[in-house]
Amino acid sequence: MSLSTTKTAAPPKSAPHEHDSSKAARSNLGLVRPDHTTGWKDWLTTVDHKKIGAMYAIFSLAFLIVGGVEALAIRAQLAFAENNLVSAETYNQLFTMHGTTMVFLAVMPLSSAFFNFLVPLQIGARDVAFPRLNAFSLWTFVAGAIVINLSWIFQAANAFGWFTPIDGRTDIVPSAGWFGYAPLTGDQYSGIGTDFWIFGLQVLGIASVAASLNFIVTIINFRAPGLKMMRLPVFIWMTLITSFLIIFAFPPITVALGELMFDRVFGANFFRVDQGGQPILWQHLFWVFGHPEVYILILPAMGIVSEILPVFSRKPLFGYSLIVFSGAVIGFLGFAVWSHHMFTTGLGKVATAAFSLLTMAIAVPTGVKIFNWIGTLWGGRIKFSVPMVFSLGFIWMFMMGGFSGIMHSAAPADAQQQDSYFVVAHFHYVLIGGSILSLLAGIYFWLPKMVGKMWYGKLGYWVSATVVVGLNVTFFPMHFLGMIGMPRRTHTYLEGTGWQPMNLVCTVGAFILAVGIFLFLWDLIRTIRKGPPAGDDPWDGRTLEWTIPSPPPSYNFARTPIVHSRDPLWAHKHGKASLRIGSVEPDPHGIHMPSQSWFPLLASAGFFVLGLSMALKQAGVPFCGYIAIAGLGITVLGIYLWALEGPGGFHVHPEETNS
Amino acid sequence: MSHAHDTTAPLEHVPTGLDNKKLMMWLFLASDCMFFGTLITTHLVYRKIYENVGVDPIHIFDIELTTASSFILLMSSLFMALAVSAIHKGSIKSFRWNLVGVIIFGSLFLAGQVYEFNHFVTHAGLTISSGTFGSTFYVMTGTHGVHVALGLLWLVSWLCYSFSPRFNAHQHAIDIETAGLYWHFVDIVWIVIFTAVYLIEYV
Ligand code: HEM
Ligand SMILES: [Cu+2]
Repeated sequence: MSLSTTKTAAPPKSAPHEHDSSKAARSNLGLVRPDHTTGWKDWLTTVDHKKIGAMYAIFSLAFLIVGGVEALAIRAQLAFAENNLVSAETYNQLFTMHGTTMVFLAVMPLSSAFFNFLVPLQIGARDVAFPRLNAFSLWTFVAGAIVINLSWIFQAANAFGWFTPIDGRTDIVPSAGWFGYAPLTGDQYSGIGTDFWIFGLQVLGIASVAASLNFIVTIINFRAPGLKMMRLPVFIWMTLITSFLIIFAFPPITVALGELMFDRVFGANFFRVDQGGQPILWQHLFWVFGHPEVYILILPAMGIVSEILPVFSRKPLFGYSLIVFSGAVIGFLGFAVWSHHMFTTGLGKVATAAFSLLTMAIAVPTGVKIFNWIGTLWGGRIKFSVPMVFSLGFIWMFMMGGFSGIMHSAAPADAQQQDSYFVVAHFHYVLIGGSILSLLAGIYFWLPKMVGKMWYGKLGYWVSATVVVGLNVTFFPMHFLGMIGMPRRTHTYLEGTGWQPMNLVCTVGAFILAVGIFLFLWDLIRTIRKGPPAGDDPWDGRTLEWTIPSPPPSYNFARTPIVHSRDPLWAHKHGKASLRIGSVEPDPHGIHMPSQSWFPLLASAGFFVLGLSMALKQAGVPFCGYIAIAGLGITVLGIYLWALEGPGGFHVHPEETNS
Repeated sequence: MSHAHDTTAPLEHVPTGLDNKKLMMWLFLASDCMFFGTLITTHLVYRKIYENVGVDPIHIFDIELTTASSFILLMSSLFMALAVSAIHKGSIKSFRWNLVGVIIFGSLFLAGQVYEFNHFVTHAGLTISSGTFGSTFYVMTGTHGVHVALGLLWLVSWLCYSFSPRFNAHQHAIDIETAGLYWHFVDIVWIVIFTAVYLIEYV
């Protein structure tokens, strides 16, 4: 595609240069930099936001499968009354790990995959602001994810008699719920599973905050010329708001986990009731994080849908500024509603009323967005491509979750719903019907750009139908189950409760959903392997990422674009000549690329050692305290080497594709 | 061509005019506000309960000592400001001496805290397990101490690096300024802690 409006001579290609890409560059430390490597070394040392995004996606899909298997085990156990497929202890571990995995290891990193891949492409930048920090975020996420899930391996080792914690307790996998309510997580009531959970989550928190700082700086400082804030794609806005939510919401959970760690490891009394500790403090700190967290899970999804709907309605997003503004309002109000998770704890009348009202208020900007999406569809020439079908499914299913959310917001009603399956229905509609449907829509929409291959055949439609049917068959009956009194987190139930038939339906639905995900993975793999070439702009897109080749070259834009309007590519193709995308004169030196590095990986590896050995220290494994200190040392070493090697870099000379 | 930053080659046009690293530090400090905010809130919430456990802070605290060490920490901020101003003027020598000042005063503060902790444990019998007061007190002030220690490590690293031939006052001024932001923030947090943990007991 030709985008050039300013004519320039091709840059001199033979100019000798200090960062000549032909010879191996050395860092300030005298070490050879891992530039121009291939294969696994390239993936381990890459600082390219596109590759990092791809790895986030791969890891999160892998954990989606892990979390999905846990969910199927839960549903299989609940299919029949008085079933004993898994023990009560295992059941607790399953729902705890299912929640933790899906929230922190599947949906969040899958959103992060989109942030990574799309932010620089949609704002016309070469990469994120701090490429090595970005690699560090990825590997630290992987480190935390592995720490938490290694608990399964140690549990298995325990079953074989190879590993026994010093206290003899066998709950080695976290089992106190994804919210880890005190005092259940205290050392009196739970074994080292909780330690795996604490240290894994702490490491994940570092990864999330580091990544978010990076994205905020990138979005604020790396926009292409002319890309004013109110011209940003809505996805970028939602990324920005989500990143702010992360940097403000993670500190409270970090402190809460830290306090819990001090209770368990050093004998502090934060949550010890007999010493004056207050379990309610945990609930406050957790939900001060937890409610913004649910918006961290949904805002990126809203951003994705806001990108897809205009493309396939072939008209601009209806009420752009209103959508952006309501996103920001959701971000602010998200910090003011946490106690709606605690209506039954006896907050007092005033607090309950206030949180009730605020919760109702937060539904307003959410509703505003839904109306704007409908407004976008209204009068559009709608094309029912697969991403569009998922997005339409999103609007509908997310809305159902929103309805039950509003039902929760009335405190007296919530007193009946709290801790029942009704709540389970609510958050699965918003999370699967909201986040997952929209993330799938995003994968169908952007995979062609990412890998340069186009989807083929009709399988995508089957995926959307199976997922939506599976979702409804699984979770719709749960509304009723909750209403007739079935509590959540229950290992089994009696014959006479009348809950049996609907539970069986739910279980069948869960397997339908699993088939949908399986079909999706199949479609994904066959497209990556055999899909036809996608071309630069397969969907008739509206934003900058569709102006460059698929897959994008390492440097993204051969020439930095100059933007004159919202939806720049749409204006370029169909608008006035004055709105065409311009381009900045290329630097005659070529495009500066950052060097690859081993040290972010090293620093993350230190966190892995630290997290794992702290958990094992609690199990009484000898020397683990020292190994933990060594882990911290590895991180510090990694950071020093990283600082001292210097960012380096080399230049590439893109083929001049512009005429 | 020199690459001062661990960033992609900055576009000529930076919409905000804010340096990337400095912006990042501001954001991190915003996040850190929530961090300390949570810790201080925990302390203040539990403050109502600790009578039950028989800890009397006024008989434990040595307010003269803590006031003196607070003053020392404040003075370190003065040196930090002078160091930043010196590096911007390109005067490496003055930068180094002022940085040494920060490091000495920061270390004195930290030594004061170590002494205080030691004294509380051995003489006043206040440990991390002494009711909720012991827990919140040590975890909060300890977290602040760790912040100070990390800041010192960072500044000592810059002091050493300033002797390297690669050190360039013009190029690294922004890094020093960023470290300075962190240092001032840690100081300000101490003022809040000093008020909310120590002084509040005397009203
Ligand atoms: C219209 C907006 C929403 C409202 C008014 C709302 C309201 C509520 C309320 C009051 C609860 C507490 C119910 C109880 O425990 O008794 C709740 C639970 C929950 N909500 Fe929402 N919600 C909304 C949207 C969302 C979204 C968008 C998500 C995530 C994508 C979400 C995820 C959750 C989760 C995960 C829980 C359960 C947490 C747990 O107890 O483990 N909600 N919601
Ligand atoms: Cu909530």
